Amino acid sequence: MGETPHRSADAGTGGHTVTSSHQWPAGASARVAETPVSGRTPGGDGLGGGGGLPRRQAFGTERAFRGLTLAAGALVLVIIVAIAAFLIAKAVPALQANSESFWTYEGWFPNDNPPKFGIAALAFGTVLTAALALLMAVPVALGIALFLSHYAPRRLGNALGFLIDLLAAVPSVVFGLWGRDYLVGPVTDLSVWLNTYFGWIPIFGGDGPYGNSILLGSLVLAIMALPIITSLTREVFLQTPTANEEAALALGATRWEMIRTAVLPYGRPGVIAAVMLGLGRALGETIALALTLGSTYAISFNILESGGNTIAANIANRFAEANDTGRGALIASGLVLFAITLLVNIAARAIIYRRREFTESAA
Amino acid sequence: MAKRIDASNVTAYYGAFKAIEDINLTVEPKTVTALIGPSGCGKSTFLRSINRMHEVLPGARVEGSLTIDGQDIYDRDVDVTAVRRMIGMVFQRPNPFPTMSIFDNVVAGLRLNGVKKKSVLAESAEKALRSANLWDEVKDRLGKPGAGLSGGQQQRLCIARTIAVEPQVVLMDEPCSALDPISTLAIEDLMFQLKDKFTIIIVTHNMQQAARVSDRTAFFSIEKTGDPGRLIEYDNTQKIFSNPSVKKTEDYITGRFG
Amino acid sequence: MTTSTLTSHRPRPPAQPATLRTRRLPRWVAPAIGVAALLIAAAVVYGAGIGGPVLVVVLGALLYLAGLFAAANAVEGRRSARNRTWSALIHSAFVLAVLPLASVVWTLVSKGAERLDGNFFGTSMNNIGARDANGGAYHAIIGTLEQVGIATLITVPLGLLCAIYVVEYGRGRFAFAIRFFVDVMTGIPSIVTGLFVLAFWVLVVSPVFNDGRPGFSGFAAALALSVLMLPTVVRSTEEMLRLVPAPLREGAYALGVPKWKTILRVVLPTALPGIVTGVMLAIARAAGETAPVLLVAGGGAAINFNPFENNQSSLALFVYQQAGDASKYAPARAWTAALTLVALVLVLTIAAKLLARRNRLGR
Repeated sequence: MGETPHRSADAGTGGHTVTSSHQWPAGASARVAETPVSGRTPGGDGLGGGGGLPRRQAFGTERAFRGLTLAAGALVLVIIVAIAAFLIAKAVPALQANSESFWTYEGWFPNDNPPKFGIAALAFGTVLTAALALLMAVPVALGIALFLSHYAPRRLGNALGFLIDLLAAVPSVVFGLWGRDYLVGPVTDLSVWLNTYFGWIPIFGGDGPYGNSILLGSLVLAIMALPIITSLTREVFLQTPTANEEAALALGATRWEMIRTAVLPYGRPGVIAAVMLGLGRALGETIALALTLGSTYAISFNILESGGNTIAANIANRFAEANDTGRGALIASGLVLFAITLLVNIAARAIIYRRREFTESAA
Repeated sequence: MAKRIDASNVTAYYGAFKAIEDINLTVEPKTVTALIGPSGCGKSTFLRSINRMHEVLPGARVEGSLTIDGQDIYDRDVDVTAVRRMIGMVFQRPNPFPTMSIFDNVVAGLRLNGVKKKSVLAESAEKALRSANLWDEVKDRLGKPGAGLSGGQQQRLCIARTIAVEPQVVLMDEPCSALDPISTLAIEDLMFQLKDKFTIIIVTHNMQQAARVSDRTAFFSIEKTGDPGRLIEYDNTQKIFSNPSVKKTEDYITGRFG
Repeated sequence: MTTSTLTSHRPRPPAQPATLRTRRLPRWVAPAIGVAALLIAAAVVYGAGIGGPVLVVVLGALLYLAGLFAAANAVEGRRSARNRTWSALIHSAFVLAVLPLASVVWTLVSKGAERLDGNFFGTSMNNIGARDANGGAYHAIIGTLEQVGIATLITVPLGLLCAIYVVEYGRGRFAFAIRFFVDVMTGIPSIVTGLFVLAFWVLVVSPVFNDGRPGFSGFAAALALSVLMLPTVVRSTEEMLRLVPAPLREGAYALGVPKWKTILRVVLPTALPGIVTGVMLAIARAAGETAPVLLVAGGGAAINFNPFENNQSSLALFVYQQAGDASKYAPARAWTAALTLVALVLVLTIAAKLLARRNRLGR
């Protein structure tokens, strides 16, 4: 029986049976029936030598079940490909009908004859609002997460952390509604103030009107992303091994130095992941921005004047009135959004995976 | 370098729970002192109260007086971080910083103290690693992750990290309990060398280890679960293991209890 | 190792303090700096007439941080000064974030309570004109429940199978690709999934059953929501399956139970509470999505129980539509619907968290 743990360890982790699954039906019953030695041979040679009867019996179900799970797994790839394929298929006719350059034209008149629409201003607005939102949200979110995990008394930290988790679940439409109804006033005041005293800085320039501006939109986005990023990073910071925190303290570190030596480096991959998730949400956020932005089609760095637009908000705002070409144009803009988020995501995952490998080989 | 530690009437709490009571003991400079006793008798708590790591846990506090060369460790004007720099600590499980290389681990304490010069760091790192008997094993891979070493090497890395800041006292909380016999032997050898320079206090469950490495041994015990731990006997190691003066110590040493 | 290396240390240890005692800032200093900072800020702001109380607080906070750093740096040294300043920054991040989040919650509850009556939950918006004060979200609630229910029915089996493949069977590049793209899929914006279902189901597939007309329906919304839920369900299930201890599987294999049966009878039930938690969180998120429903279910004012035919609304979409409505009674309806939606989402989230907590204790 001495061999048993080895064999079952192989089986328990899925073992070698998977890569060789086509040749070997490999019902577990067949494997169990074998001699202990065979379970350790890597190629699966031993499996065929097992009892014929149990193998045949397990053939159908085991293989069918594996096939089913494989199909479900493959569906993920199919969906990703299908999203790209269908969006392209619907976008191409509209793009062909477009009488202006899709990449540079600043305007959106796909229902006209001939149709004119361009992605430039929308893509610019999408990236600008998301970047501004993260710029405001991430430092604050990290601060709160550290406060909850390492500064607040444990009970208070847990209770507030639970509240933050709940706020992270609040749908974005609620933040949008709040921003449109209640944040407009303060933001308008702030805009006037900034314009009065800092109007010489181009982003704070302009003559108004203020209110439904990029500033408002990115503030709403920031407030919306804040609980999400906080909740994730708090979790990450809480997972710092106590042993490492104590090691830093025992070296004579102050609390902040302990955080810098033990907590932040350990949590870095998790923080990057959280920020990227926040960025993904901000880039794709539709309703909160459809409710707060001024919906113009010009590229401008001015963040105070009413205006600004994003791909997603534009889709929500223009969908109802769109004819066939209009829909195609919106789908084409969605395709660009899809590409942007895909790039951001793949880049983020690549960073995280590389870092994870480092820490895993290290751990 | 080494300093003397005096504890008088030290009592430590975790919230309402009293973990140790009225510990009185003096640790001489440049000696190895072993703290032994059954599980839960408070020897680790006492050890952690010496460099004020005890108070890191929520609700934990210490009463009584602990001094190092006459300076009260718990004085209100004392900087905790200065205490911990003066009294280093090695933990039960090796705990190198997982995101740092071997080199960065060793000099972590120096960097905290504002040492930035590359040459000084390199020199100190080599010295500490040599002192921890680890230099020859890692000198070619100082840039590799510290957590990639074996358990015994990791623990010696942690010792190197602790002595790199050149403390006066080194506390070791069961430093070998997670290690294999060969690594344990390596660390015991190391303790012999280190006591030329440092005062060492070690908590151990392993009585052979206490007998091998220490000059003085303190035996802690509790009456029953939930009672505070007390110091039963404190004497030269040889005396404790050959001719203890308290019956309870003898019972524990001979394996009749604990 | 010789003793020579031990004795060759430099005469002065680099990091050792000569004494344990340090000069410390007396307790009254920090509050005093705070008061002074506020006074100076008030004098500057009102003296120059450049703003109001908000600016005083902001400027005061900045002055306080600077003053604290300077004082601590002078008395206690740089390390302690840094520690204090970061601590103050982290605390102020928390205070800064509480204001808007508390405002959102307060507005939601106070405004939402306005129309919290039987009429709201018992009627639809059919035949409700701009001057009618009543009208409710009955149709939207039905829509949300049906769409989310169908999406769950689609997602859960697929997600479980996919996770089982990744954890139990998948090896090599293909399984890695699936894991990677599941991660990437979490970042796809909801509006893109809406466009995908629009391009795939509404405009291409459903016209086949629908006399060639595009088939906006609750089912299409459910499809879009399941594309959103799938990665969340897969990821959480995957994590839970990995937590199932290997000895449990080994015990089953040792009894001669085939692998598929072991997975279904032993592994899944063990991981079930965690899986349910993940599914509930995914449902909560899907229930709050507006954009996909807007694109593919079309909305609608009347009650429609049939998710497969004709337009359907949802709570989130109802909020958005009411927010855009010109009627003076619309905002109240929007806030009450938002409150209802948040209540639904929070009940799901809290239940999921409690379940997870109990599960954690059980482990």
